[in-house]
Amino acid sequence: MALPTYTSWNYRIWHYTYLTICGLVFFFLIAPLFVILPLSFNAEQYIHFSAGMIALDPDAFSLRWYEDMIWGTKNPWGLAAKNSIIIAFFATIGATILGTVAALGLSSRHMPHKAAFMAVLISPMIVPLIISGTAIFFFMAKVGLAATFTGIILAHIILGTPFVVITVTATLTGFDHSVTRAATSLGSNPVNTFMKITLPLILPGVISGALFAFVTSFDEVVVVMFLAGLENTTIPIQMWVGLREQLSPTIMAVATCLIIMSTLILVTAELLRRRSERLRGINR
Amino acid sequence: MSTEKILSSDGLPLEVSLKKAERKNKMKAMMLVAPLFLFILITYLMPIGDMLFRSVDDRMITKMLPNTFTSLEKWNGKNLPEEQVYAALYEDLSYLKKTKTYGKIIARLNYEKGGFSSLIKKTVRKLGKFEEGNYKSQFIETHKRWGDINYFIALRNVAPNWSYVKYLKGVDLKLDQDGNIIQQPEDRRIYKTLWLRTLKVAFWVTVFCFILAYPISHLLATLPMKYSNLLMICVLLPFWTSLLVRTSSWMVLLQQQGPINDFIVMLGLAANDNRPELMYNVIGTFVAMTQILLPFMVLPLYSVMKTISPSLMRAGKSLGGTPFVAFRKIYFPLTVPGIGAGSLLVFILAIGYYITPALVGGASGSLISNTIAYHMKSSLDWAFASALGAMLLAGVLVIYWLYNKLVGIDNIKLG
Repeated sequence: MALPTYTSWNYRIWHYTYLTICGLVFFFLIAPLFVILPLSFNAEQYIHFSAGMIALDPDAFSLRWYEDMIWGTKNPWGLAAKNSIIIAFFATIGATILGTVAALGLSSRHMPHKAAFMAVLISPMIVPLIISGTAIFFFMAKVGLAATFTGIILAHIILGTPFVVITVTATLTGFDHSVTRAATSLGSNPVNTFMKITLPLILPGVISGALFAFVTSFDEVVVVMFLAGLENTTIPIQMWVGLREQLSPTIMAVATCLIIMSTLILVTAELLRRRSERLRGINR
Repeated sequence: MSTEKILSSDGLPLEVSLKKAERKNKMKAMMLVAPLFLFILITYLMPIGDMLFRSVDDRMITKMLPNTFTSLEKWNGKNLPEEQVYAALYEDLSYLKKTKTYGKIIARLNYEKGGFSSLIKKTVRKLGKFEEGNYKSQFIETHKRWGDINYFIALRNVAPNWSYVKYLKGVDLKLDQDGNIIQQPEDRRIYKTLWLRTLKVAFWVTVFCFILAYPISHLLATLPMKYSNLLMICVLLPFWTSLLVRTSSWMVLLQQQGPINDFIVMLGLAANDNRPELMYNVIGTFVAMTQILLPFMVLPLYSVMKTISPSLMRAGKSLGGTPFVAFRKIYFPLTVPGIGAGSLLVFILAIGYYITPALVGGASGSLISNTIAYHMKSSLDWAFASALGAMLLAGVLVIYWLYNKLVGIDNIKLG
């Protein structure tokens, strides 16, 4: 932002101080993530920047921790990744379907006690995970689903639905209901109207909700900790176990992969958000 | 003059017909919400109810010593009980010995009054040698504590089906033998400190987040779109990144040989062999939680600031206000809804934080959630974990209610 020439010196000083503060805060936000990247390529076994790394000596860098992550004999990452993906996949599908359908109902102007229902359906996002974990564990143990994939998937559907409900209701706030009425008056049945008219229009919201649900499930550790047995360990659980013992370069390698994944998800979510705003005719 | 009723095409009065249509639409909307609502009700809300129930449920012991408790009902509580109480106790303990389940009552009784453990164990061991009749003297002969009235008072105290002792324990209180609520002995008061620390951490993390988020939200809201979109990534990338990844990056940064300590040594603020402990204490919890929760403050602030027209500030200045006055009297009051939304959200998330304090907090930086996890997984005192959980839940629900009143649930912003 260039300042107009008439601004006073006082204001100038204040303005540049302000920009510096902002810069520092952005640095504080983003820099910690980038500490991990170089350390995952460390040739040594320690988690600090060796002299060679600072001097950018190529010998100080290696891919050995990535090799260890993928082929390491006693490393559970392969199994954990498979489990995480299976759980997140089904949890996302479940949460997206349940959440989208509920959001359609909640956005109808005929829905009674809208705020109360909304508050209840969002609650799994607000209630501390440790409480959700405890409660869900009691339930799953009672119905015999503790330490099963079904149990974990159901738990993650619970935790994922609030995000879908929020994003889809947000998309539906600008929704022009006359298009569905037009479809109905032209003889379309409700299912057809939904599939051909409503869904394509709200799809960006649905997908971004699904992304949230996926990330929630993929990153969730507290509830899984209560529910998982040895054979249904997940990536977050393995990271949690590893971090409690000691920081290892292999964990840095896994973390780097996760950062790359979240970058891809962020880009997708942002593109979707813009598309959704365009579809709804919001120009910012 | 008679008013003619307007009829709809099927011959019904219009009013009835409209109501019917309205009801049909209402049903349709509710049918759509029903699947998720029932799912959440059964798998989530009812289990939370179950958890609350467990926190006051004390029926296990009541069921295991049924005869003893029935006979104690008639006891005056001033002298040692009559023979029949001892006879009932003999009957209950014999049954527990036969089914090998007496271990369960020991923990509960010992919690009520120390000394029960050895008392029950010794008595059960010698139960086989008891002769019929005159149980009172045989019991006292086996262990002199059976002649101590205080043990029977403790027994009577555990008789009811429901108990709120776990809640008292959660705030460092307990019941004395006459049923009065008293403070725990000085060296056993740990939970009040823990609650206060949790509130303190949540409060300060909220304040730090606010201080850091306000300037950058303002910058993001006032910069031209192409720059602000780029900077927004700095906010959104951490937001989308795994919590464990972010926590592990703080573990790297804050460790004794880590970059931050290197920097402190380089600046000469500390000696190389005397590096400050930045992790495994409350500092680590503060720093890491502030960074992790910062996006939750930025997003609501940003969306409010975005709606404030820059011409308002210009108007304020043109009317003679200094930039500071214009900010204080115009801009700041307009951002209060955003501050409220962000602060409540950050506070609500911070108060129940578990992962980050567990990894970087150490003993002095751990919060109430960590204690709940400890009692769930290690000490296996599920009733106490449930009671602590219920108290935390009550706090969170109050803030949630406040949030709903002030901000509205449907205004939660996600990215």
